[in-house]
Amino acid sequence: MQPDLEVDGVTKRYGGLPAVDGLSLSVERGSFFSILGPSGCGKTTLLRLIAGFLMPDAGDVRIGGRSMRGVPPNRRPVNMVFQHLALFPMMSVGENVGYGLARRGVARTEIVDRVTSMLKRVGLPGAGDKRVDQLSGGQRQRVAIARSLVLEPTLLLLDEPLGALDLKLREHMKIELKQLQADFGTTFVYITHDQSEALVLSDRVAVMNAGRFEQIGSPQELYYEPQTPFVAGFVGANNRLPGRADRIEADIVDVVTTAGLTVRARRHGDVASDDNVEAFVRPEAFDIARDATDLPPSVQRFSGTLESLLFDGANSAVLVREAQSRTEIRIALPQTGRLADLSVGETIAFGVAPSRVACFAARNDGH
Amino acid sequence: MATDATVAGPRSRVALALLLAPALVWLIGLIVLPHIELGLLSFRARVAPRVYEASLAQYRTFIDEPLYWHTFVRTAMLSIVATACTLAIAFPAAWYIAKIARGRSRAMLLVLCLIPFWVSEAVRTLGWMILLRESGVLPRLLVELGITIAPVELLYHDATILVGLVYTSLLFMMVPLISALESLDDALIEAAYDLGGNGWSIFRQIVVPHAAPGIAAGSIVVFMLTLGNYLTPTLLGGKNSLWFTEQIYTQFITRFNWEQGAAFGFLLLLLSTAIVWLGLGLSGQRLGDVLRRG
Repeated sequence: MQPDLEVDGVTKRYGGLPAVDGLSLSVERGSFFSILGPSGCGKTTLLRLIAGFLMPDAGDVRIGGRSMRGVPPNRRPVNMVFQHLALFPMMSVGENVGYGLARRGVARTEIVDRVTSMLKRVGLPGAGDKRVDQLSGGQRQRVAIARSLVLEPTLLLLDEPLGALDLKLREHMKIELKQLQADFGTTFVYITHDQSEALVLSDRVAVMNAGRFEQIGSPQELYYEPQTPFVAGFVGANNRLPGRADRIEADIVDVVTTAGLTVRARRHGDVASDDNVEAFVRPEAFDIARDATDLPPSVQRFSGTLESLLFDGANSAVLVREAQSRTEIRIALPQTGRLADLSVGETIAFGVAPSRVACFAARNDGH
Repeated sequence: MATDATVAGPRSRVALALLLAPALVWLIGLIVLPHIELGLLSFRARVAPRVYEASLAQYRTFIDEPLYWHTFVRTAMLSIVATACTLAIAFPAAWYIAKIARGRSRAMLLVLCLIPFWVSEAVRTLGWMILLRESGVLPRLLVELGITIAPVELLYHDATILVGLVYTSLLFMMVPLISALESLDDALIEAAYDLGGNGWSIFRQIVVPHAAPGIAAGSIVVFMLTLGNYLTPTLLGGKNSLWFTEQIYTQFITRFNWEQGAAFGFLLLLLSTAIVWLGLGLSGQRLGDVLRRG
């Protein structure tokens, strides 16, 4: 099937420095695609290139198979939900939603009909006559999305629209956005610096750093199979253990960390003996027990002192100081509540299977 | 001026009175009292030396004498035209300063707007006369370029008065416009563009409604300044300028007919109030909003 969006080798420079550096991606029809990266990584520039507010220095953007070279934003089959929504305060809610239709010269009665049914679909029936400032943050969000979707764009771009909302509403809007996308079947391209938003919402995620993509994949792939140390460190919580590769046997590397801890890890990419490496272990990859004999037989075993308890319901974790190297390690507590009675200062045993420790060659640029 | 007396102790009330005192002295002493005096003056007529009686004679003279109301209407019309021209010229410049210029060039442009006001209005207007009079710079240039055969007199036309008035008023239009346009979020323009708007529709539906209080504030100030201007119309329009402030001046100073001058002054006040009220009504603005924005 024809992808709705193809970005082909797009580069944009500001004063000689590339903000977006030879990026390519392809987004399937009807999917929810996220671009995830820290602030300043170039994701907003990429979005503005797709929307047409910027023109690429090299490469091409194709939407629905059509090249967008020289096509201004008001003629692209793309609409955007802005970071602060940019609802028109001088218009009513209905006029906001109907603005694009009116610009297309749709008849007045048809505009009224389509605006009414669109407001109903986003759960705001009868809000057409309200002023924008009479709506709550979540309702404004829905108006901003309705204003774009009423034009039936091939692609809806969303520029961190949840950033300005408080935590509780943000969690709620995340679910709502996903449901809206499923209802309408429109292709969404969503940019965010919040990895949890990207993981929860998306079918596929591109992790972006310094103008380039680190990895494009499903949320599960990014989480369980990170291809670069940046992705391993940025997506989800991770214990990062920098060190040196010692003995290598098939895919298993003995990593000696700078603190002196030896961990057996699975090799990702090119790692040779004596290379500087970074090992990553997810907090939930550890097995934890009061007594080392309770750990599964296949894991490498460590022991340490419990330094602090981070209780957060099902996401509770402990910080453990490993006995020999004094390395601080974050370990998730079993969600069954089995070890809920641990207390600070206790000596505990923990272990991790080598397959669940990821070893990458360290980057030269300090990452 | 929003003075919030939430701590309504006797001391804070004294402080409030002291803070307001200069403004109140100014308002009552220089505006309210003279106007009461002028109002009383305008409603009396001299029947014999030092003998006066209440009368509407001054206002009747205004109606009976075509020259007076003709001047009155002409002043109002030219002031409206001058305000519209000022707005049309100031808007693109204000847009450039508020939305396009950055950093140093922006500060420079603002200073450039201010520079004409470093010299007095009389000197500025004389500058226009040097440029435009028959033996002046511009007519001579026109002859040398072969556009006219003999030097033409560019002074003493209505257009000349307009040029002078617009020039004098520009800054007072620019400042409220710049502040109104600065507060317009660029994302709104981008959003409108993204939803299919084009330059003209965005200007009409997004920019003008947003800038409306600034436009109204600038227009009110410019209109009032223009209507009450004396020097520019007199110098650039010459004897035939027929500006209403000139009539007031003539009554007070030349004719020494204070009663007639007071009546004319009141009529001018009524005129500016009526036109401002009408303008606000037509554009759907409220005076309070306008003053806060401007």
